[in-house]
Amino acid sequence: MNVLAIDTSNQPMSVAILKDSQLAAELTVNVKRNHSIQLMPAVDYIFNQANLTPKDLNLIAVSEGPGSYTGLRIGMTTAKTMAWTLNIPVVAISSLEMLAANLTYHNSYVCPFFDARRGNVFTGLYQAQNGQIANVKDDLNTSMESWLEQLQNIDETVHFISSTNHQFDELIKEKLGAQANIIQHSMNLPRASMLAHLALEREPTPVHALKPQYHRMVEAEAKWLEQNQSR
Amino acid sequence: MIEKNELILAIETSCDETAAAVVQDGTKLLSNVVATQMDIHQKFGGVVPEVASRHHIEQMTVVLEQAVTEANVTMEDIDAVAVTEGPGLVGALLVGVNAAKALAYAHGKPVIGVHHIAGHIYANRLEKEFEFPLLSLVVSGGHTELIYMEEHGEYEIIGETRDDAAGEAYDKVAKALSLPYPGGPQIDRLAQEGKDTYNFPRSYLEEGSYDFSFSGLKTAVINKLHHLRQKGEEIDVENVATSFQESVIDVLVDKTYDAAKDYGVKQLIVAGGVSANKTLRARMEQRFAETDVELAIPPLYLCTDNAAMIGAAASVEYHKQNYASLNLNANPGLMM
Ligand SMILES: [Zn+2]
Repeated sequence: MNVLAIDTSNQPMSVAILKDSQLAAELTVNVKRNHSIQLMPAVDYIFNQANLTPKDLNLIAVSEGPGSYTGLRIGMTTAKTMAWTLNIPVVAISSLEMLAANLTYHNSYVCPFFDARRGNVFTGLYQAQNGQIANVKDDLNTSMESWLEQLQNIDETVHFISSTNHQFDELIKEKLGAQANIIQHSMNLPRASMLAHLALEREPTPVHALKPQYHRMVEAEAKWLEQNQSR
Repeated sequence: MIEKNELILAIETSCDETAAAVVQDGTKLLSNVVATQMDIHQKFGGVVPEVASRHHIEQMTVVLEQAVTEANVTMEDIDAVAVTEGPGLVGALLVGVNAAKALAYAHGKPVIGVHHIAGHIYANRLEKEFEFPLLSLVVSGGHTELIYMEEHGEYEIIGETRDDAAGEAYDKVAKALSLPYPGGPQIDRLAQEGKDTYNFPRSYLEEGSYDFSFSGLKTAVINKLHHLRQKGEEIDVENVATSFQESVIDVLVDKTYDAAKDYGVKQLIVAGGVSANKTLRARMEQRFAETDVELAIPPLYLCTDNAAMIGAAASVEYHKQNYASLNLNANPGLMM
């Protein structure tokens, strides 16, 4: 299987190609730049490195969110359009799960999260076991404080992993103390190769139905619903 | 095999229409698919950019599939992929731009970035060949521009709005009259029933200028409505609509007429969403009937946003091999 994987869900961008199901090329960039400018040149670069062309692909993997709305749409439009036009399957995977998969061999709870502003996060709870990653609590958009309080009920170590920033470090330590382990250095950056490996095990999504999982309604829609339900 | 120079697959997502089309040689439309989000934005009283972007990504491949199927072509037959690069809503444009790059890259085809307004002008070429020099009046919700062209792909803006676009003034006045969104067609419809009794100002700006200004008119209408409501006087909605529309159209027609005469053009193209306006069409026809200038107004389905017009404009760039690179980005404030 030759797989192209794309993640542009947050500031870091990661793209990878598996050739015969083995990682052939991967590029992760973590700078504040526009994914719309970076993505296709990066994809072209890894195709060249892997000595493959788009026609050699069997599968495309893409992170479906949560994350930056614009970032998600750039990656998903690219993945979706390419899969459609090459007539190959596309698998969408949670961007949180992709990040949690960095700790696949840790045999413990993993809490990936992204800043969602005003004290909120996009997060979920995963469990790494025997080289597999399983979802324990669904991805959601919640206040970090109340989320951490929920996690206090778990008696084991939770590894916190976030590519965005460290603004919640203090709060995590305050709420969970020694129960929390915050992943540092480059282990907290997304790797598209993990996305590709996860995709090999999953069912594809019908291409036309593929859309980002924003985990948050557009404000105008939320307001409209509120007004029209109260009537 | 079809006899052709080139086939272009075009994409347009600058506002609230997800559109794809296949155009042959810049003049022949093989398919033109438009998925409109009109009813989705209607309840918000205007286009909500994030909502528009979310719908674009859901519609994109559906619309593309329909466009190639209706044109009865495959990607192998396509010579280039064209896309609206700007101006427009950035989140909306991004879906089209990234879809275009993905298609082009997957098949090793060139991608061409197109200016939305160039598209509106070139919509006409799907109906009637250009005759240079030509003048184009582009009127829409976002634009009011007079563009002079001596040859294909060369655009000179000789006049533009200094504040609101004509279509924007229509929408704001419609809102002040509590008419449903989009307001333009509503006002045009009501204006057929009324009389120009309110005598709103006509803004011609300084002598010899081809620029436009509609915010003063919009304010005059809103102030008048406010005044009437305060005095408890009855508002004749039809007459307000007629009076407002007459003011807009007088200025549009007069300035376009003067520019056409001064620049000695052979053809006048009226383009953009507002060129669907019945009164504007009729008045332009009247004014230009006695002249040597050929008036060209595209049929309604080519006036509003569509991808066929983008494919038509891209044909010219294709022949110049004016291709974009893989880092093509959406450019919401793209200059012509
Ligand atoms: Zn337009």
